[in-house]
Amino acid sequence: MLTKHIRLLAAALAVAFVVAMPVSLSAQQPTVVDPNADAVKEQQLLQELNKIQGRGSIPDVKSYTIEQPAGREWRQFHQVTLHWIGGIAVLGMLLLLVAFYLIRGMVRIESGRSGRTLVRFNAFERGVHWMTATCFIVLAVTGLNITFGKELLLPLIGPEAFSTWSQWAKYAHNYISFPFTIGVVVIFLMWLAGNIPNRVDVEWLKEGGGIVGHKHPPAYRFNAGQKMVYWIVVLGGGIVAATGYLLMFPFYGTDITGMQIVQVIHGVVAVLFVAVMLAHIYIGTIGMEGAVEAMWDGTVDLNWAKEHHSLWVEQEMHKDETARSPRPAATPAE
Amino acid sequence: MARMKFLCDADRCIECNACVTACKNENEVPWGINRRRVVTINDGKPGERSVSMACMHCTDAPCAAVCPVNCIYTTADAVVLHSKDLCIGCGYCFYACPFGAPQYPRVGNFGSRGKMDKCTYCAGGPETDGSEAEFVKYGANRLAEGKLPLCAEMCSTKSLLAGDGEIIAQIYKERVAKRGYGSGAWGWQTAYRETIAT
Repeated sequence: MLTKHIRLLAAALAVAFVVAMPVSLSAQQPTVVDPNADAVKEQQLLQELNKIQGRGSIPDVKSYTIEQPAGREWRQFHQVTLHWIGGIAVLGMLLLLVAFYLIRGMVRIESGRSGRTLVRFNAFERGVHWMTATCFIVLAVTGLNITFGKELLLPLIGPEAFSTWSQWAKYAHNYISFPFTIGVVVIFLMWLAGNIPNRVDVEWLKEGGGIVGHKHPPAYRFNAGQKMVYWIVVLGGGIVAATGYLLMFPFYGTDITGMQIVQVIHGVVAVLFVAVMLAHIYIGTIGMEGAVEAMWDGTVDLNWAKEHHSLWVEQEMHKDETARSPRPAATPAE
Repeated sequence: MARMKFLCDADRCIECNACVTACKNENEVPWGINRRRVVTINDGKPGERSVSMACMHCTDAPCAAVCPVNCIYTTADAVVLHSKDLCIGCGYCFYACPFGAPQYPRVGNFGSRGKMDKCTYCAGGPETDGSEAEFVKYGANRLAEGKLPLCAEMCSTKSLLAGDGEIIAQIYKERVAKRGYGSGAWGWQTAYRETIAT
């Protein structure tokens, strides 16, 4: 009984299939097969992500990105924008300093030297300063070489010599970044206490720091200008270090797009940093009488300190007194 | 002079990776570097396409523009080559390249970038054509022997075409006209600022 039914059903299905086949065939026939119907389109993919990625069979996952036209914009930045920013920042600052020197001249110790000196920076502080400064100069020169070298130096010394120099410059830039970073971190910790902005800084800035006029607004150990340099070194140094390491270790944390952005930040912050440091070097040397010895032998003239850091001198004097005060306990002899 | 280009007909590429292997073998490419690779887009989905990609030898190549030591140059055949003697391994060409062509062997204790390596269009480098020094640094110089890059020459489906831009564009146009479809010349707009009207 059951087998009869199944046989009947199978026969019905077979008939239905035979009848239906030409129908379904004729239904498909007129439509043209379009293998391109669902095909991925290059321009559409680029519009979606500005890059095209897929899957490959080699282990290098990075190679699965086949197209990323953003490199064109980065090229525009590196070849044009950065040249302008760097050129204006560095040359502009140099011109500004030359003009300032010609107009204002060296800021003198107005009351003359007293002959008495005061310790301003101990050996450790000076050591850290000069280590960081030396590293900075090497990094600045080798860094500027990467951007400006091929226009300024290459035509003078030729491609072979320029490549040899640039190769060493690259090594220097990479390796000297490590002591520089350590220097920035130590500077941050060692001078943090003296560089917290306070109300005295507002007054100092209002009076133009005494640089423009001949006034000497009061300041503690670091005046507002020095505090600005401190924070520029700490923050700027931190940024160039962080971005630099991302560039030095490609694909650790960034892809190519990330590295393009990181390079833009690194380049812009670095040239501005160089400009600020030129001003720092100026004011620490030919810009101000009696300033360089603070970092050279660690002491400053008392009159220099009174003129530029009056509140610091008071603190130091007070410290001296409190240091001396326990001693009188031994003096009464009567 | 011819204007050499690559064209990958993605509708023909069967992702066999013979171009990748041929390139590695012909040029004795350093370990870890793939001058050419095949990437499949929308793998396993309807309309997936595979594209074989290497250096496209761009017009006004961005890599050459950003190189800090000007070691990248364009030959009379419009092939973009570079000098490993001048390269300092800074990585800038690889930030600028739209096709991920420049790669660096990892050298030294800290894995720093060595001299850049990329597809030479089987045209060697600045050394004397066919010299031992050229082969060691850049691989084969087939172009000097009148041959096209091996990747395209041995492509089993003739998906990857190499040769004068106008000629390969014409071949592609005829193909598209005959079969009725084509997903375009991948990378041409980015590399050459032009597409093939089909």
